[in-house]
Amino acid sequence: MISFEAVHKRYPTGREALSGVSFAVERGELAFLTGPSGAGKSSILKLIALIERPSRGQVLVGGQNTAKLPMRRVPEFRRQIGVVFQDHKLLQDRPIADNVALPLIIAGVARRETDKRMRAALDQVGLLGREKSLPVELSTGEQQRVGIARAIVAKPPLLIADEPTGNLDPMLAIEIMRLFKRLNDVGVTVLIATHDVHLIEQFQARRIVLGEGRVAAMTPAAPPVAAPLLA
Amino acid sequence: MSPSAYFSRHAQTLVGSLGRLAVHPVASLLTMGVIAIALALPLCLEVLLQNATTLTANWNEAFALSVYLDKPTGTTRAEAIAREIQARGDVAAVRLVTAAQALAEFRDSSGFGAALDALADNPLPNTLIVTPSPSASSPAGMAALKTAIGAISNVAIVQLDTEWVQRLVAILDLLRGVVRLTGGLLAAGVILIIGNTIRLDIQNRRDEIEVMKLVGATDGFARRPFLWTGVWYGFGGGVAAVVLVGIAVGVLSGPADRLAGLYGSAFHLSFLDARTIGATVLGSALLGWAGSWLAATHHIRAINPR
Repeated sequence: MISFEAVHKRYPTGREALSGVSFAVERGELAFLTGPSGAGKSSILKLIALIERPSRGQVLVGGQNTAKLPMRRVPEFRRQIGVVFQDHKLLQDRPIADNVALPLIIAGVARRETDKRMRAALDQVGLLGREKSLPVELSTGEQQRVGIARAIVAKPPLLIADEPTGNLDPMLAIEIMRLFKRLNDVGVTVLIATHDVHLIEQFQARRIVLGEGRVAAMTPAAPPVAAPLLA
Repeated sequence: MSPSAYFSRHAQTLVGSLGRLAVHPVASLLTMGVIAIALALPLCLEVLLQNATTLTANWNEAFALSVYLDKPTGTTRAEAIAREIQARGDVAAVRLVTAAQALAEFRDSSGFGAALDALADNPLPNTLIVTPSPSASSPAGMAALKTAIGAISNVAIVQLDTEWVQRLVAILDLLRGVVRLTGGLLAAGVILIIGNTIRLDIQNRRDEIEVMKLVGATDGFARRPFLWTGVWYGFGGGVAAVVLVGIAVGVLSGPADRLAGLYGSAFHLSFLDARTIGATVLGSALLGWAGSWLAATHHIRAINPR
């Protein structure tokens, strides 16, 4: 589903964020990108979502070489990826329903179908009934769940998340991670960037450890150290 | 996307953009007010032009050619000539003033009755007053008619003074040019005003546009609400401009009527016709669309998710 081949990313400021990064995430896999701040986690996610393009090397997403994708096809490409942000990136002046339905509205889905899928997505994240609330009326954890609902509402085959639990307390963080796990269980490929090593130890998933813009280690999926939390 | 979904989304955006304007009523009304004032100037000139055209059209009806027949031409031949001229398509009416009628009128109006009695015979010829049809009331049409009538036998003189008509038509043509030029310049001004307002709106909503693009919105999708906002600005400005001109006509109508009365005219200052009003409002909305399209296309393309 995702393949990085000797990818370099140098920003206009001259900072080299990635230096020859290579890894792959298979279809239907749950994987964590981890490492300290500045290791290149966010840069990798930006390259996947085509927010940035690689300076060198190849990024393949769903078999598509992103470097060769013309600008006019970028929106269509992004609709195939659900993205969850640490800061949620919700439209503050729009109710939750509009925020979640946005990808469907953009895709031109009929109104009735949009409403149905928006409610289903909110139900999945436990927020059904809060459609009319504004983001500011929700807690940080609830806002994050709205962000997840928006990311999954169009049923994308790939979900990427950048520090989705960064601002959450431990219990809420585990709740959010369980949500990602449930999505992965139904076939969605999930790649999560996080620096919270203790949190990801509780999930059976492969870890791609980054350090100074390189892949420092790749660990195979291991049994969770706190299996009861996944019950 | 199906056509019904497409139009449904546009309708939603149309209403939504109006709602956004209502959130900031003062700012929205100020923008529409500036547009209205910019459009009111050429509209006022158009009112002036339409009224002047109406006035001169009425004058055209009074334009006539005086056709003096040869002195010996009798009344029977004069009536035959009158019928011949009347049969022309470019003639609205022909009136025969016999030599006797002309002398009687001259006697009544001149006060030379006693002197005229001393004349051995009537020195005045039979005369035809020819009123051209409206289509032939232009200087060129009247000149052609004059030539044609002058070629009829027994016609001595065809008299027509069209110089002042030509001057008037030239003035009206100049005024039309001024209206077009002013209208064009101010239309460009309206496009710039709306474009700049939309540019500021886009800057204020940059985060929202970034989020939209992150979840797969095309530039066209992100541009849509701004286009409708521009249309609303233009529409509102156009309606307000028509209202402003209506107020101006209402204020000036009384003094104009009094001035016309002093010249013995029943002229009344008229408001814009329905077609001009419709064209103004529709054109203004289109200017709004053009201004917002220019600004939104350029500035939204430049916004990329970070």
